[in-house]
Amino acid sequence: MDNPVKIEVKNLNFYYGEFQALHDNSLDFHINEVSALIGPSGCGKSTFLRCLNRMNDLIPISRVEGNILLDGLDIYDPSVDVVMLRSRIGMVFQKPNPFPKTIFENVAYGLRVNGIKDKSIIENRVEESLKLAAIWDEVKDRMHESAIGLSGGQQQRLCIARALAVEPEILLMDEPCSALDPIATQKIEELIYQLKKSFTIIIVTHNMQQAARVSDITAFFYMGELIETGETNTIFTRPKLKQTEDYITGRFG
Amino acid sequence: MSESVSSLQRRRNLLQKIVFNIFRLAALINGLALFIIVYFMVAKGWKAINWTFLTQPPVDSMTKGGILPCIVGTLCLSIGAILIAMPIGVASAIYLNEYARPGRLIRVIKLGINNLAGVPSIVFGLFGLAVFVVWLKMGVSIIAGALTLGAMTLPVIIGSTEEALRAVPDTYREASLGLGATKWQTIYRVVLPTALPGILTGTILGISRAAGETAPIMFTAAVFFTPSLPVSIFDEVMALPYHIYVLATAGTEIEATRHLQYGTALVLIFLVLGMNLIAIIYRSRLRKRMQ
Repeated sequence: MDNPVKIEVKNLNFYYGEFQALHDNSLDFHINEVSALIGPSGCGKSTFLRCLNRMNDLIPISRVEGNILLDGLDIYDPSVDVVMLRSRIGMVFQKPNPFPKTIFENVAYGLRVNGIKDKSIIENRVEESLKLAAIWDEVKDRMHESAIGLSGGQQQRLCIARALAVEPEILLMDEPCSALDPIATQKIEELIYQLKKSFTIIIVTHNMQQAARVSDITAFFYMGELIETGETNTIFTRPKLKQTEDYITGRFG
Repeated sequence: MSESVSSLQRRRNLLQKIVFNIFRLAALINGLALFIIVYFMVAKGWKAINWTFLTQPPVDSMTKGGILPCIVGTLCLSIGAILIAMPIGVASAIYLNEYARPGRLIRVIKLGINNLAGVPSIVFGLFGLAVFVVWLKMGVSIIAGALTLGAMTLPVIIGSTEEALRAVPDTYREASLGLGATKWQTIYRVVLPTALPGILTGTILGISRAAGETAPIMFTAAVFFTPSLPVSIFDEVMALPYHIYVLATAGTEIEATRHLQYGTALVLIFLVLGMNLIAIIYRSRLRKRMQ
């Protein structure tokens, strides 16, 4: 945990109407580290993740309390442009969700909406992103075919490339492998390992082994509370709390 | 024991067979209805259809000649109705489905739209007469008729557009917003293209329904007889459904023009089926391009 702090979450509370989904969570995320959020279904880890790029703003009855500082600036401050914010924070979703467009247009999308018109810049960035997402060799000859024709694992790497093309500083991944087979999962995990050299990565996962394999920091959520957090090695070998140990060893959840 | 099980099994299978056959019959009746309608129109009307019929105006008190002004009139009214109703309908549906936060205003608007769909077509005709023809001084004209047909079609277009928008997975919206797109960019670049086949289908079905209506245009756009083709949107026109109505009820030679009535009906049916066919072909092309 020597790297500088990228995101600082302070006393975060989140409500869906009357229901409080997150209770007073505080947690830091560091540059060039992978942080894994684990916990049983409904524990609030996805909600937590979606607070970080304000994706929860889309839910009409939701409410946020507390602070999330990105490079020291509160992302929930009224002066913050949420559209700009989201272009700094890439997101990869549980189910691969490429647009029903060509492979090229999927990756170019983020560039186009952010106002980049120069064809050669777009082409270069698309190629770089696809290479970074380790899918270039598989798609370079079919750039103008629909992305819907790709396999699930390819689609997910395409979605990662799509997120990377915007050159975000942070990558949020919401169970990115839950819809994939083991081989595709392995590819994504290797990719995460490569990507952390350039990004701050936060990944929600249900898969304990995956958290242990890919992350530097692990945070364990239960019932909306952040129970324990620490270096992944420590959490998985010598957790401080019995509750954490029970979950990690599969005794509940 | 095993005997009673197998008799239960037999009874369950029998029941299932009976139920499915009833459903099958119900489905068959639909197909049959269209077939019978088309069969009768073709059988009684095909003799009336020839080159003159399709390319000439009626002559001799509409007992001879063709129906070209009616074909042109109905096409003008249908296209006009699409041009008016589609932008308004699609925009309304986008607002209701993508922007509006649920509340009392939205409930009232939706209630209004649903009730609009239930208003009888003759009421739309009188509304068009009062508002477009008289109050806005458009006179009996293509524009007044197209506005009336458009108003009548609006609820259909809004309904089918909303349905098409709801069918676009939220994950598309989230992915787009997550990349730093604005809400409008998301709608314009991702949601609308994905929903377009459904929107077009709904629109064309709505318009082709309206194209066959008589009541909304009889006070607003259609006239008994005019040999000339329209040159401006403020001209009155003949229209296929109204022409059938006139020949069959108000003409001087009702029996002698029966074949012309069926011929006109046949043309109307093919015009409407043709519009639907275009919609279906276009939709399947769009879908293929997306996959």
